[in-house]
Amino acid sequence: MKKLLLSSVIVLIGFTFIGRLSYLQLFRFSPDQILDDPAIKKVYDYPERGYVYDRDGKLLVGNQPAYDVMVIPREVKPLDTLEFCGLLGIEKEEFLSKMEKARVYSPRLPSVLVPQLSKEDYAKLQEKMRHYNGFYIQKRSLRYYNTKSAANVLGYISEVNEWDLKNNPYYVAGELKGRTGIEQQYEEILRGQKGVKHIQKDRFNRDIGPYKDGKLDTLPQQGKEIHITLDKTLQEYGEKLMHGKRGGIVAIEPKSGEILAMISGPTYDPALLVGRERSKNYSKLHYDTISKPTWDRSILAQPSPGSPFKTLNALIGLQEGVINEDTNFRCYHGFYVGNTLRGCHCGGGIRDLNSGIYQSCNAYFAGVFRKIFDKYNTTDQGMNVWEKHMKSFGLGGYLGTDLPTGAPGRIPDVAYYDKWYGDGRWAASTIISNSIGQGEIAATPLQLANMTAAIANRGYFYTPHVIKSIGNNGKIDPKYTEPNYTTIDRKHFDPVIEGMANVYNYGTARWVKIPDIDIAGKTGTVENYIRIDGERMQLTDHSVFVAFAPIENPQIALAVYIENGYYGARYAGHIASLLIEKYIKGEITRTDLEKRMLEKTLEHEYAKPYSGEPFKINEYVW
Amino acid sequence: MSGRGPFGRLDWISVILYALLVFIGWLNIYSTSVGDADTSIFDFSTLYGKQLFFMGVAFLGIIFVLFVESTFFERFSSIFYVVSIILLLGLFVFGKTIAGATSWYDLGFFNLQPSELAKVTTSLALAKFLSDIQTDIRTGKHQIYALIIILLPAILILPQPDPGSSLIYFSLFFVLFREGFPIYYLGILVFAVVLFATTLMFGTVWVSIGLIILTLLIYTFKKASVKIPLLPVLGVIVVSILFSLSVNFVFENVFEQRHRDRFALWLSLEKDEDKLDEIRKTIGYNTYQSEKAIESGGFTGKGFLEGTRTKGDFVPEQHTDYIFSSVGEEWGFLGTATVILLFSLFFLRLIYIAERQKSDFSRMYGYGVISILVFHYFINIGMVIGLLPTIGVPLPFFSYGGSGLIFFTMLLFIFLKLDSNRLKDGI
Repeated sequence: MKKLLLSSVIVLIGFTFIGRLSYLQLFRFSPDQILDDPAIKKVYDYPERGYVYDRDGKLLVGNQPAYDVMVIPREVKPLDTLEFCGLLGIEKEEFLSKMEKARVYSPRLPSVLVPQLSKEDYAKLQEKMRHYNGFYIQKRSLRYYNTKSAANVLGYISEVNEWDLKNNPYYVAGELKGRTGIEQQYEEILRGQKGVKHIQKDRFNRDIGPYKDGKLDTLPQQGKEIHITLDKTLQEYGEKLMHGKRGGIVAIEPKSGEILAMISGPTYDPALLVGRERSKNYSKLHYDTISKPTWDRSILAQPSPGSPFKTLNALIGLQEGVINEDTNFRCYHGFYVGNTLRGCHCGGGIRDLNSGIYQSCNAYFAGVFRKIFDKYNTTDQGMNVWEKHMKSFGLGGYLGTDLPTGAPGRIPDVAYYDKWYGDGRWAASTIISNSIGQGEIAATPLQLANMTAAIANRGYFYTPHVIKSIGNNGKIDPKYTEPNYTTIDRKHFDPVIEGMANVYNYGTARWVKIPDIDIAGKTGTVENYIRIDGERMQLTDHSVFVAFAPIENPQIALAVYIENGYYGARYAGHIASLLIEKYIKGEITRTDLEKRMLEKTLEHEYAKPYSGEPFKINEYVW
Repeated sequence: MSGRGPFGRLDWISVILYALLVFIGWLNIYSTSVGDADTSIFDFSTLYGKQLFFMGVAFLGIIFVLFVESTFFERFSSIFYVVSIILLLGLFVFGKTIAGATSWYDLGFFNLQPSELAKVTTSLALAKFLSDIQTDIRTGKHQIYALIIILLPAILILPQPDPGSSLIYFSLFFVLFREGFPIYYLGILVFAVVLFATTLMFGTVWVSIGLIILTLLIYTFKKASVKIPLLPVLGVIVVSILFSLSVNFVFENVFEQRHRDRFALWLSLEKDEDKLDEIRKTIGYNTYQSEKAIESGGFTGKGFLEGTRTKGDFVPEQHTDYIFSSVGEEWGFLGTATVILLFSLFFLRLIYIAERQKSDFSRMYGYGVISILVFHYFINIGMVIGLLPTIGVPLPFFSYGGSGLIFFTMLLFIFLKLDSNRLKDGI
């Protein structure tokens, strides 16, 4: 025993050590440890972000150089602080606090002292810089906008946040990433692929040469340019018309589903979200909770669509065979639900399909709606059929547009009303408001524009999208080049379109007719309410307009939605008409109309509910 | 002498293993300290150059030891011991402080560390005392004498402060065990350490339950013929539980925070990731970095001079106490396993040699040598691979340092010299 004690101890130790080393070096070892090896620093080489062009190849977004003033605290020699602050354009207190911050971060590593100097400031500073030890200027690339429009579509880029870092291993703190709009949607195409250099460091974080002589290093891959479907001219013009108005406009090329313009009012200059003032500007935009400029109304607002929806009810009626062009309904300046008269502004009398549409007769469409439901034994069956037809127009669900935000709108279904009223406790008459586009229906301007494009195409649409090509001529996702067919047969569209054409000829929009262009349109006037401090009040109606033109071979289909713009032909009708003329003719002949839209604002209307005083709505005078 | 010269009966297996270890050690010192500049390996301003110089001095030391009459060491062992005790005492007055420890004499060209010398002399003195015909280690009086010989230098070294070196002297107990000192003392010690650690990890309640279950198991599965008296067993259990109860009190009230942190790290007591991170950055930094470096070596290692953590100097004291982490990073599991194997073979060979000695003195001294080397090896590598708390002792023949290399060499070669003369003993 005593002779073997030490030998056994040695053997035991040997096995323990080998065991522990197996655990460390065989079990716990993983080949990609280089990722968290503190001795290997990765230095990134960032490619230039891809440019963005409009449908005609006009530059929308490019890049511009910016200059960060960097500091390595321990290399700083005593300096004339006041003079230096003067050059940098910052206060002494700010300078000192930033220096302190940089020192706390690391005395050896560079920190940003003043970010994103302009070219002019840079020029001034550059020649003096060598007098200041420990400071240097680092160039980096910022977005440059060749337009003041389309901010919400283009989106912006900003530093990655914790969530990004956790969910996408590509990013490293401090990097930039597309945040909204196409900058986010096409982030990976635009940003390219950064190059990585592995640098061997010592424990003081000093470089001591490339790791493995750069064998693992990669070269950056340039970001690709993209062409989007927006028409720069139309977009800019539309935004000008939206001056002082809230709402959304979406214009689509029906034969391709390409979005020509996507306007949200109020809008902002995309350049605000670039450079030194970025965060200040962002807060200002973000916290404007009343006019909400960063909230893209063209794809996020979901008002009741109003009368444009009547066209779909007409189509469903025709498809279901419950009406034909000549089917009549009498309008009693309204229609009866039970004993209650629901009003109508069409003037009353006998209405058929054509005049029902162009006069926007509520009674006519209430009748159509009832007939659709009457065809089926149960309300549920009728509802399911109606819902199926509606949804085939891209309503009541996300469209699948290539933008990172969106709203589904709403097409109510059986379950919805069963929950609302109770099973079997509702009927067509209960939900009759849906016949005229009020009630529980909601749709975004994008959905309305798309629905109009489907009518313009006589029965199908392409999923609306903003990407035209990746690179100069690159293919895009095939889901944007395949038609989606509605459930309505082609032949039923012509009578409805005729009615929509007559909206301009004799109907609600006859004052905004464009000479030489055949337009089919439909006005909408949407009652709406707001709750302020718990008090529900009615506001001036929303003005809605959908249209496409020319009727044969349509080039543009659009939806205009103007908050509190009163009746459909008023603001929305004017703007729609001007946009169509601009797009098709390239110039505006009706300058009086244009002048009115450019000058009139609705600010007084938006101020009313917040004035604290009683106010009138739907004032007819301009 | 048998006419074959001083190298004649030298145990060449041990010598070759020794040389291999020194050589591998130097390669790793070279790797940790080589810079970018093209310098000769004989550049004595570099650590590896200096170590090469120390290797030369050690070689001279070997020659010296081999040419000296082997009885010289036995005859003068008491005097050596007294001299080294005086040197240790002298440190309190003349000592030079390096890195907070007053452990050196500044000899101008060389810093002498008497605690290294004392390892040799204490081994000699203990062997001398035990081999004395009048000494009987089974008597309490002689046990106490032996303890004094061992503990005196340990106590003098402790306040330098150098708890690591101080601890090394306890390894000499293995000499006592070999010579008849009751082994159950060791058993009690191991049992106490296990109780201490398990109590910290699982708490007194679970430890008590474990003890009782263990006892029941032993009673259930023992052969019927084996009788274990109940009363002493109950006594052991009661004492163990009392000891376990005192552990938390000692841990919380006697230990300082830095000690607690070391234990917390060692026994994985701390589960909170944030606090663990904090410990890794402070008290556990060395261990964490060295473990990581070894881990990153994988099976085959990154290759000689390719260790990124080694080159980046991430592991502190890597050329001295943490030299083994460089082996792990650059040579991988193959390297570390080879080194463990070499050390184990080396030690077993030395035990074999010790056991074949006819002279009690030679055997006892041999055991002293082996115990000291094994203890260094155990504590050093155990710490570097994260099995033991941080205790600073060098890895014999590997770590950078003149005193260490030279005195370990002397320690070893005095024994090999004694061995080469074993045939004359008793004649």
